[in-house]
Amino acid sequence: MTSELDIFVGNTTLIDEEVYRLWLDGYSVSDAVALRVRAGILEQTGATAAVLQSDTMDHYRTFHMLERLLHAPPKLLHQLVFQIPPSRQALLIERYYAFDEAFVREVLGKKLSKGTKKDLDDISAKTGITLKSCRRQFDNFKRVFKVVEEMRGSLADNIQQHFLFSDRLARDYAAIVFFANNRFETAKKKLQYLSFGDFAFCAELMIQNWTLGAVGEAPSKPDSQVDDMDMDLDKEFLQDLKELKVLVADKDLLDLHKSLVCTALRGKLGVFSEMEANFKPPAPQNLSRGLVNVAAKLTHNKDVRDLFVDLVEKFVEPCRSDHWPLGDVRLFLNQYSVTVHSLDGFRHQALWDRYMDTLRGCLLRLYHD
Amino acid sequence: MPGKLKVKIVAGRHLPVMDRASDLTDAFVEVKFGNTTFKTDVYLKSLNPQWNSEWFKFEVDDEDLQDEPLQITVLDHDTYSANDAIGKVYIDIDPLLYSEAATVISGWFPIYDTIHGIRGEINVVVKVDLFNDLNRFRQSSCGVKFFCTTSIPKCYRAVIIHGFVEELVVNEDPEYQWIDRIRTPRASNEARQRLISLMSGELQRKIGLKVLEMRGNAVVGYLQCFDLEGESGLVVRAIGTACTLDKLSSPAAFLPACNSPSKEMKESPLAHPPSHGCRSTHNSPIHTATGSRLTQNFSVSVPTLIYTGMGSGSAGKEGGPFKALLRQQTQSALEQRGGSPHRFCRRREFPFFTLTAFPPGFLVHVGGVVSARSVKLLDRIHNPDEPETRDAWWAEIRQEIKSHAKALGCHAVVGYSESTSICEEVCILSASGTAAVLNPRFLQDGTVEGCLEQRIEENLPAGCGFCHIPYDELNMPFPAHLTYCYNCRKQKVPDVLFTTIDLPTDATVVGKGCLIQARLCRLKKKAQAEANATAISNLLPFMEYEVHTQLMNKLKLKGMNALFGLRIQITVGENMLMGLASATAVYLAALPMPGGIQIAGKTPSDGSYEQHISHMQKKISDTIAKNKELYEINPPEISEEIIGSPIPEPKQRSRLLRSQSESSDEVTELDLSHGKKDAFVLEIDDTDAMEDVHSLLTDVPPPSGFYSCNTEIMPGINNWTSEIQMFTSVRVIRLSSLNLTNQALNKNFNDLCENLLKSLYFKLRSMIPCCLCHVNFTVSLPEDELIQVTVTAVAITFDKNQALQTTKTHIEKSLQRASTDNEELLQFPLELCSDSLPSHPFPPAKEHLESARSNSGIPAAQRAVTVEKASPMGEGNFRNRSAPPCANSTVGVVKMTPLSFIPGAKITKYLGIINMFFIRETTSLREEGGVSGFLHAFIAEVFAMVRAHVAALGGNAVVSYIMKQCVFMENPNKNQAQCLINVSGDAVIFVRESELEVISTQQPTANCQQSCAGGEVTT
Repeated sequence: MTSELDIFVGNTTLIDEEVYRLWLDGYSVSDAVALRVRAGILEQTGATAAVLQSDTMDHYRTFHMLERLLHAPPKLLHQLVFQIPPSRQALLIERYYAFDEAFVREVLGKKLSKGTKKDLDDISAKTGITLKSCRRQFDNFKRVFKVVEEMRGSLADNIQQHFLFSDRLARDYAAIVFFANNRFETAKKKLQYLSFGDFAFCAELMIQNWTLGAVGEAPSKPDSQVDDMDMDLDKEFLQDLKELKVLVADKDLLDLHKSLVCTALRGKLGVFSEMEANFKPPAPQNLSRGLVNVAAKLTHNKDVRDLFVDLVEKFVEPCRSDHWPLGDVRLFLNQYSVTVHSLDGFRHQALWDRYMDTLRGCLLRLYHD
Repeated sequence: MPGKLKVKIVAGRHLPVMDRASDLTDAFVEVKFGNTTFKTDVYLKSLNPQWNSEWFKFEVDDEDLQDEPLQITVLDHDTYSANDAIGKVYIDIDPLLYSEAATVISGWFPIYDTIHGIRGEINVVVKVDLFNDLNRFRQSSCGVKFFCTTSIPKCYRAVIIHGFVEELVVNEDPEYQWIDRIRTPRASNEARQRLISLMSGELQRKIGLKVLEMRGNAVVGYLQCFDLEGESGLVVRAIGTACTLDKLSSPAAFLPACNSPSKEMKESPLAHPPSHGCRSTHNSPIHTATGSRLTQNFSVSVPTLIYTGMGSGSAGKEGGPFKALLRQQTQSALEQRGGSPHRFCRRREFPFFTLTAFPPGFLVHVGGVVSARSVKLLDRIHNPDEPETRDAWWAEIRQEIKSHAKALGCHAVVGYSESTSICEEVCILSASGTAAVLNPRFLQDGTVEGCLEQRIEENLPAGCGFCHIPYDELNMPFPAHLTYCYNCRKQKVPDVLFTTIDLPTDATVVGKGCLIQARLCRLKKKAQAEANATAISNLLPFMEYEVHTQLMNKLKLKGMNALFGLRIQITVGENMLMGLASATAVYLAALPMPGGIQIAGKTPSDGSYEQHISHMQKKISDTIAKNKELYEINPPEISEEIIGSPIPEPKQRSRLLRSQSESSDEVTELDLSHGKKDAFVLEIDDTDAMEDVHSLLTDVPPPSGFYSCNTEIMPGINNWTSEIQMFTSVRVIRLSSLNLTNQALNKNFNDLCENLLKSLYFKLRSMIPCCLCHVNFTVSLPEDELIQVTVTAVAITFDKNQALQTTKTHIEKSLQRASTDNEELLQFPLELCSDSLPSHPFPPAKEHLESARSNSGIPAAQRAVTVEKASPMGEGNFRNRSAPPCANSTVGVVKMTPLSFIPGAKITKYLGIINMFFIRETTSLREEGGVSGFLHAFIAEVFAMVRAHVAALGGNAVVSYIMKQCVFMENPNKNQAQCLINVSGDAVIFVRESELEVISTQQPTANCQQSCAGGEVTT
């Protein structure tokens, strides 16, 4: 006696969260059955292995049919074939587009191309995530990227509108898309200590301040070439950043800046001497020079990609080697950026603020072990 | 010109890409009704076209309106080659033809293609203007309401129940026409879908005419079936119960209708109208019991058992008395065969009722189950306009049923149904029902025939009257054990009662009920034509008998004494016959406590054998005890003095043996004063018997928190909560051809059913505590070694804490609430609230939400206006009740249930019958996920199309939903499969009771005035 056909169709589509997770994790039906057995479901329910097999098959078939709709979530809401309560629909979408931290760290900042897709085997082997699941996550990133790539307006809002994500997930995807578009290097060994959350935080700040959309120029020239305002960094801004070089190039400005910072922080900073030393021009770990040089270099695409490497090399690592507490870093960065306003000879206050406000936020987030 | 049909094509969405080059589609729509076709403009390059067409108007006869479906075809325009069809939508406009149902059909319909399935959706608005007087006699029967529900629909009152209506129409099956060889599968499927749609329309119209002739206005318990007879044609047949219904709480309900005899009947409820039975002496071609050759078809009439439920000693040794009894009945059937082909006689001929639940007081006594089967050889239907052969076949079967009922002292048959099983050219026709005595007060004259001597107690004690035997105890048609009723002690009751109806609402039940199934397979030699039919008809009585035995044993094992909703299906295949009986077992307080089961070995010589027997005995006794505990069967102990008869000797036992049974002595010396038996003996004389006992014990009870039944509701559970889940599950197993023995077959079949149930329990575990209601199993044998089982049921959750209080008072309270009389009281606040809905200043935010969410493309407010406008004049009383459930939180959700009600909700309006037939075919089976993937998707699509049609009618649920057919054929070698599905049900609007209460408490009298004023303005 063999089962040729075995199906169950409910008027309301049954979704088993546990089986959905197994399916998303890329397990085959037999693996999923084995995992469910191991979870003790047979004992809890008194079911037989055959029942479990049939149930798992059924769910997998349903998920397979739903997958096509999940690729365009609004379709899931309007389709008539599967009657699913709204809360369940949200769950299906949210879980389908959820990603593993380990996986996203591997592909963050990489071009979402066929080439990267070929490397998924290695990523799968390295992270222990099934290849199937890696493919789904990669395809999700790529799909969202393709849809919002050409769109105007807020990146996170666009994603939310077209994929019906929760706020949190939409912001994460905005970061992923932003990183993929700007190809920021995140894989270097130096950067391994950083989590996806750290990068996503920085991405959000950069989207808010450093992109074309951030300036609010768009409405004035609606037919401009730049459509993807939230995804690309503001090129003009990056060009202008060269002007900041004067802060380290002009000796007078540098000294004045240093003395102002030192005066303000004297007695408040545990690592005052180290800080002071760092202002000296020949010092290898000149923090100020580092930060300004990072800004000045951003005209080149290559250097934009290395932004995070530079920040870690030029700022995070020196401070860390001197054992700066986070509070001191914050005090220093605040003072460092604020005192520039008192430099009479410096004409690029607005530019400085746009640069430094974001950078300060990023650096504070990046400064941890 | 009696009617104008107006159709507007609004928009499409999610269309498939038809032009690979542009990844877009140039779609347009053809709207066809009868022979008239309209077209929309081509909407270029879009997957979401906005046609927004003009109103296409069809001026048509109302006869056509009833027969023809509206056919909407979506196509992709192609400049250079033929336009490609994307898919079709068939819309049955029947619901628009009677005034109380829907007034507009408007919404998104899935665009369906028989090869590709659902391909996007289309938004359509349909209206009908009827110009003429509806009551004039014509070929059309517009205005007759149809209900699938097998009880009086919730918001109606039965003035008269007229009785049986039936009709069948035949045609050639397009699949078997010569042209099928040259046309595409798609064209062939569409021809079939269209033909069946036409035929069901015609059938419904013809039945409607009969109802009008009987002066009724509705058909309740309407059951329409297709017989795919292959080469010999396509038969669409329907049965139903004609009624005169009155809308509850409408003023008209209190005025006696002029043609209604109800008033005078009430004055003299005992008066029996003169009988006009067709005891004619016309001689029809005589069919002998053994079979004879007719002009073109071979026919074997199969004598069948009367399932009175008199299990004990119902059969005789070597089939002696058993056979004699049958012969006698068959003969009487022959004698009485009315042979009158005149249609005007027919409705009086068969006092049958397809209802399974009745108004209080309607059912007086129940005799037992009557069934008849007959094996026929199919032959090509030569003249589709004269379906006489098929008509004659059914007439024959019905006659037999009628005579069986008579033998039980009953003048009517309730819970009546008919079915067929076809394999190649052999067809088994089956009919079954429950013989009963009805209160003539509800019946039109002429229906009650014979049995005038039947006593009808007007003041029946509640809860047991229907159990009292209708037949004469001294002249019983079969041996039975009778006792005085355990409830009233006045009348005699049988020891066991089998019925095909639902448990009457006033019945007193102890504990809870449970689903019982008897499953049986019999191998048969492959044979041709007549030899085959003879072989089958020889097997049938044995199958019936064994099914009966199994049912009886399982009933005893559960410690219960009555079966409700009994449905026995015999399926014929190439090389086997399958029998599946399902019923809901209960313990009726009026019937005696069932005895246990005793096992007796035939050869008590072997010591180990003895030991084995005693071991089995213990197991059985334990199971009975366990079941009694599980189902809370603890009937109050009755002191024997009250009954006034001595306790019988404990050794007095009835004997029931398998297949070869001897008639027990008790048969002749019936202990009429008190037939209490302490045990039921199973004799184990061979391995077969052993097997049977084993199989008795392998039936596993459902896991805790689960109950199951095949009736509408579960006896003993009253506190349903609102969560429901209707589902269909299909399984096909392939038997290994090597060891096909009866035992192996039985085991396979048994395992198949048990595993299926277990799977259901597992799948629905999140709903615990819950009950599977209306569990409906269908068996078919699509190929030599394939068995297909299809199950449709609904899982309903209930409140465990309150459900446990199964005290009698609780039951009675809930029963009272369910009774129709009290519903009228409820109706008033309902009227108030639904009146006030449109005018009531509802939170505007909510309305916004609603219009935003409604997918119809028409804002909700505007939609409501169109509804108003389209409603016929003079409907002031009714129209207000049609307020859409806009306050409902479940907008867009359409519930489906095989039950006639929705727990925790009130049905406020019936919108019309849903009767749909779909074919799906694939030539890329593997790509669609194999047979499971293919059928899973198809069933999901069928559900979607049903829901879409209901939503378009303005409804939010389908009740009395049934999947009547699911014919699945595969050819994996060719990578092909085909499936035909036929579903039906009643589209309704329901309102949650909790919402009703909220609204009615919120609405003071001021609102009443407001709504009254509103009513005046609109009329």
